[in-house]
Amino acid sequence: MTELAQSLRDRFASLGNGPLLPLRQAAFARFEQLGLPTLQDEEWKYTSLAPLAQLRFEPAAPGALPDPGRFSLAGTGVQIVFVDGKHRPDLSSGKASPSGIFAGSLSAALADRPELVRRELSRHADHEREALVALNTAFLQDGAFIHLPEGAVVPEPIHLLFLTTHSGKTTASHPRNLFVAGRGSQATIVETWAGPGGQAYLTNAVTEAVLGDGAHLDHYKVQEEGPRAIHLALLQVEQGRDSRLRSSSIALGAALARNEVRARFASEGGECTLNGLYMAGAKQHLDNRTVVDHQSARCTSRELYKGVLSDRSRGVFSGRVLVRKDAQKTDASQTNKNLLLSDEAWVDTKPQLEILADDVKCAHGAAVGQLDENALFYLRSRGIPQEAARSLLTWAFASEMVELIPLRPLQARVRQLVASRLPAFDGWKEVA
Amino acid sequence: MMLQIQGLRAKVGEKEILRGIDLEVGAGEVHAIMGPNGSGKSTLAQVLAGRETFEVTQGKVLFEGKDLLALPPEERAVAGIFLAFQYPVEVPGVGNLYFLRTALNAIRKRRGEEELDAMDFLALAKEKMKLVAMDPSFTGRSVNEGFSGGEKKRNEIFQMAVLDPKLAILDETDSGLDIDALRTVAAGVNGLRNENRAMIVITHYQRLLNYIVPDRVHVMQSGRIVRSGGRELALELEQKGYAQIEVRREAAP
Repeated sequence: MTELAQSLRDRFASLGNGPLLPLRQAAFARFEQLGLPTLQDEEWKYTSLAPLAQLRFEPAAPGALPDPGRFSLAGTGVQIVFVDGKHRPDLSSGKASPSGIFAGSLSAALADRPELVRRELSRHADHEREALVALNTAFLQDGAFIHLPEGAVVPEPIHLLFLTTHSGKTTASHPRNLFVAGRGSQATIVETWAGPGGQAYLTNAVTEAVLGDGAHLDHYKVQEEGPRAIHLALLQVEQGRDSRLRSSSIALGAALARNEVRARFASEGGECTLNGLYMAGAKQHLDNRTVVDHQSARCTSRELYKGVLSDRSRGVFSGRVLVRKDAQKTDASQTNKNLLLSDEAWVDTKPQLEILADDVKCAHGAAVGQLDENALFYLRSRGIPQEAARSLLTWAFASEMVELIPLRPLQARVRQLVASRLPAFDGWKEVA
Repeated sequence: MMLQIQGLRAKVGEKEILRGIDLEVGAGEVHAIMGPNGSGKSTLAQVLAGRETFEVTQGKVLFEGKDLLALPPEERAVAGIFLAFQYPVEVPGVGNLYFLRTALNAIRKRRGEEELDAMDFLALAKEKMKLVAMDPSFTGRSVNEGFSGGEKKRNEIFQMAVLDPKLAILDETDSGLDIDALRTVAAGVNGLRNENRAMIVITHYQRLLNYIVPDRVHVMQSGRIVRSGGRELALELEQKGYAQIEVRREAAP
C-alpha cells in the first residue's frame, strides 16, 4: 500500500461513526478499488494527479485563517463559512428569507430535513464510477445544503465561503454540497474557495444540484486557492423541465486544479449556460471539464470558456456535449478560446460533440492564439509601454468573461482579481 | 533639422525593402511621399515608428539629434513621433477614451509631466473631437471596433490631436475615404499644422495633396527616393504617372 493510501485509511478511521457510515464505507471501499485516475483514463488524459499521490495527509490543526470579511460580497443575504471542510456558524452570517428556505450546513440539515437529504444526497454524483466522487463520499462530513421549496425566490445571493487554515500541515477537506431547488424557485449561489500559500493541501469538493421544473439557479464559483493547493471539484446538475442553470467558473488559484461541471437535461425545455475563465501563471495547471448531457428534447446549452496562460503554466479544456437519440430540437454551442502569453505556456483543448439525434443545431469551436502583434505595435506606437500594452490586450481578451457576470458586487471583485494578475495594469476600475 | 534620415536600409526576412533613403524634414514643414504600391512608403513609416518586423541593416535616423532607431516604439511616442496607421487596429474590450488617456498619461509620466485625471482628459478630448467632427457616441465604444473606414481615419487624426506630436507621419490616410470624409480628415490635419510640427504625408494619389498642401514632394521607387521637388511635382505625377517620372537624382547603388 502506498503512503498516500495508508494516510487516507488513517484519516478515514479517525472520522468515527455517523449517520452516513454505511454510505461512506461503501464509497471508501470503492475508492480503494478504483484508485486515483491516471493519464491512461480518457477523461484524465491531460492532467496528472501525481502531485496528489505524493501527499501524506495530516489531521487539520489550528492556525491562522484569512479574514472571511476579505471575501464578503456587498448585498449578500446569507454567508455560510466552512473552514477545513467544517461548518463555522461563528463566522457565518445572515438568515435566508423567505421562510421555508434552508440555507445552512449539510450536517444540520441531516437533523432538520433528513428525508430530503437522504433522498437526494449521492444520487446524482456517481461514486461507483468516479474515484474522486468516491473519495469525497468516503470522507463526507459537511458542506452546504440549500433547499428552496416550490416557488421560493431568494432575492439576495447566498455566499458559500470555503477556507483552509494556515496550519503548516498537509490537510485535506472534502466538502459535499447539495442544492435542491423546488419547482419554480430561484436563487443565486456564489462559492469562494481560498486558502494559505505556505502549505500543500487538498480540496476535493462535490456539489450536487437538483433543479425542479422551471427552477432557476445562477451559480458562480471563484477559485483562488493557495499556490501550493490541489483543488478538485465537481458540480453535477440535474435539470428539470424548463429549468435554467447559469454557471460561471473563475479559476485563478492552486498549483493543480480541475473544475468539472456536468449538466444533465432530465426533462424537456431546459437551458444551461456554462461560462469559464481560467488564468494561470508560474507552473500552475488548470483543467476545466464540462459535460452537457442532452437527454431530452428542446433543450439549449451555451458554453464559453476562455483561458489565459502565461509563464510555464498549462491549461486544459475538455468539453463534451452529448445529444442523445431522443433529444430532438437540441440547440447546443460550445466555444473555447485560449491566449498563450509565453512560449512555454501550453494548452490542451478538446471539444467533443456526440450527436445521436438528427434534428439538432450544434456548433463548437476552439482557438489558441497569442497577442496580436499589430495591436501590440499600435498601442506601443501611442506611447503605452510594452508590458502595459500586453496587459491591456490580455484584459481585452479576458474581460468578456468578467462582463458576463451580471451580479455587480461579484463582477467588481472578479474584475479586481483578474486585473491584479496583469502586470503594469492599473486601469481596471475604469476600463469597463 | 528635426528629422534626418541618412542611407537608411531595411529588410523583412531576406527581402530588402528600403534601399538607401535620405531625407531631411524641418520643423513646420509638410513633406509628401508618393510612390507606387510596393515602393516602400509604408515600410518607411513603420520603420520610423519602430515596428520590429523590419530589420534596419544600414543607415541612421536622427530625431532632434537623437538616435531614433535605438528607441522602442513607446519611447518614440514620448520623443514626439506619431504614426497615423493605414489600417488602424481594432481593440475590442478596450474603450476608446480609456486607451487614449492611458497613452497620453504614459507619455506625460515619462516626460515628467503631471498625468491628467479623467475629468481634465474628457475636456481635452471633447475639444479635440470637434476638430475631426467626431460623433460623441464614439467615446463609449471600443478602440476602432466596428468603425467605418472613415471613422477609423478620423480616429487616427483625433488621437494625433490629443497626443500633440512634433512629427506626425500619415500613412495613406486618404485610402478608403470618400470625398466628404477626405475633406473632414484633411481639415483636421490642416488644423494641426503649425510652425513647430512637422508632417510626413504618405499617399499613392495626388488627390489628398489638393487638401493638404505640402512644402516638399518626394517620389519613392523600389525603396529609394528617386525625385524630390515642390508641390508641382505631385501634379506632374498625376499627369504622367509614376512610370514616366524622370529620375533626376543619382540613385544609391
